Amino acid sequence: MTISPTAVEVINIFPTSSKLNAGNTWDHIQARWGIRRGHHRVIPGLYALGKPQPTSPVFVTANYTLSFDALRSALGEMDAYILVLDTQGINVWCAAGKGTFGTAELIRRIEVSRLKDVVNTRILILPQLGAPGVAAYEVKKQTGFRVEYGPIRAEDLPEYLKTHQASREMRTARFNLKDRLVLIPIEFVHVIIPLILATIAMYFLGGLLPALAASMAIFSGVTIFPILLPWLPTKDFSSKGWILGMIVTLPFTLAMIFGNLGPGWWVHAGLALALQLALPVVTAFITLNFTGSTSFTSRSGVKKEIFAYIPWMAGLLGGGILLAISAFLVHTFGRT
Amino acid sequence: MFNSYVETTLRYQPSKCINCEICIDVCPHGVFVPGKKAVQMAKPWECMECGACQLNCPTAAITVESGVGCAAAMIGAALRGKKVDQKEECT
Repeated sequence: MTISPTAVEVINIFPTSSKLNAGNTWDHIQARWGIRRGHHRVIPGLYALGKPQPTSPVFVTANYTLSFDALRSALGEMDAYILVLDTQGINVWCAAGKGTFGTAELIRRIEVSRLKDVVNTRILILPQLGAPGVAAYEVKKQTGFRVEYGPIRAEDLPEYLKTHQASREMRTARFNLKDRLVLIPIEFVHVIIPLILATIAMYFLGGLLPALAASMAIFSGVTIFPILLPWLPTKDFSSKGWILGMIVTLPFTLAMIFGNLGPGWWVHAGLALALQLALPVVTAFITLNFTGSTSFTSRSGVKKEIFAYIPWMAGLLGGGILLAISAFLVHTFGRT
Repeated sequence: MFNSYVETTLRYQPSKCINCEICIDVCPHGVFVPGKKAVQMAKPWECMECGACQLNCPTAAITVESGVGCAAAMIGAALRGKKVDQKEECT
């Protein structure tokens, strides 16, 4: 698709369909794994799905392929217009939070696409999660288009369109196992380099068990944590992650202690204790950051968590490192 | 203990409400429910401070300190000695 040089003269409407092809699926896999991040974009503008008439409904979405594809595939055989806002390749929810899926861009896009000349309806159906960026009454005042907030998930659109009333279920953000599982690849990609470096460093500093313990502390934070999120005790993500970190580190530290009960056992015990102090902090720090990927943690709550737990994290981490250094020094220079 | 999410910055003045119910539509956590003369704030503790209700309320009956809530950005701001409340950029 190319924009013709005479775009200002003619009304440019891109054709699209509700069918997803292999290329789309491959693009989605790449997006989920963080490959070519920022490149999963569609050209902003007006799209025709099927053979829309001037009376056909108009849906609004972001120019992120996962958002656009979720919308068009949910609409099936319907004839409709899709107005794609320029959110710089970011999904509806995050773009709305930033304001790029916003009132100003929507108003501008309505004008640029000359939507008023294309349709004679004056209703736009927006995803509910776009609402943090769009003031519906302001759009109405400035363009004459009434914003209607549809359901959160595009898959609920066929049901929604029967009555134009969304059920409480459709209006509520969920974060079920499937929603959490799809986040694991990108979370994993984010920590892969620190994970490899930490494992290598720990192997040369302490040996195989500390290396495995360190990699497990990081790995569990991005894999086991999202899966077990609702069942881990306490509400705060830092404490949930710390508990998980304690549990996954324990087998390694026990193995270090009970595998070295001979002379000089206390060096291994000291090192094991150091790991048990320091590693759960690493898991907790990773899981604290996972708050940004959920659909329910408030900003002020995350801020409270930061001020409540970061000092403890620093203290435990520092304590663990000091203990490890002391055990190492005493072991090396303390012998007579 | 171990729950930083009990209190939120969401504030609602029912006296300003014109009962248009847009807040009920936009809230992803069912914080607001229909009422006779004004919408009622039923579950404020469920609020995630996305700001959708505040932005869409035509009479400014609702206020909330909304923001992206990116932990890494907030920690970064705190470490650099900047105010954590500033609009931070998330990646």
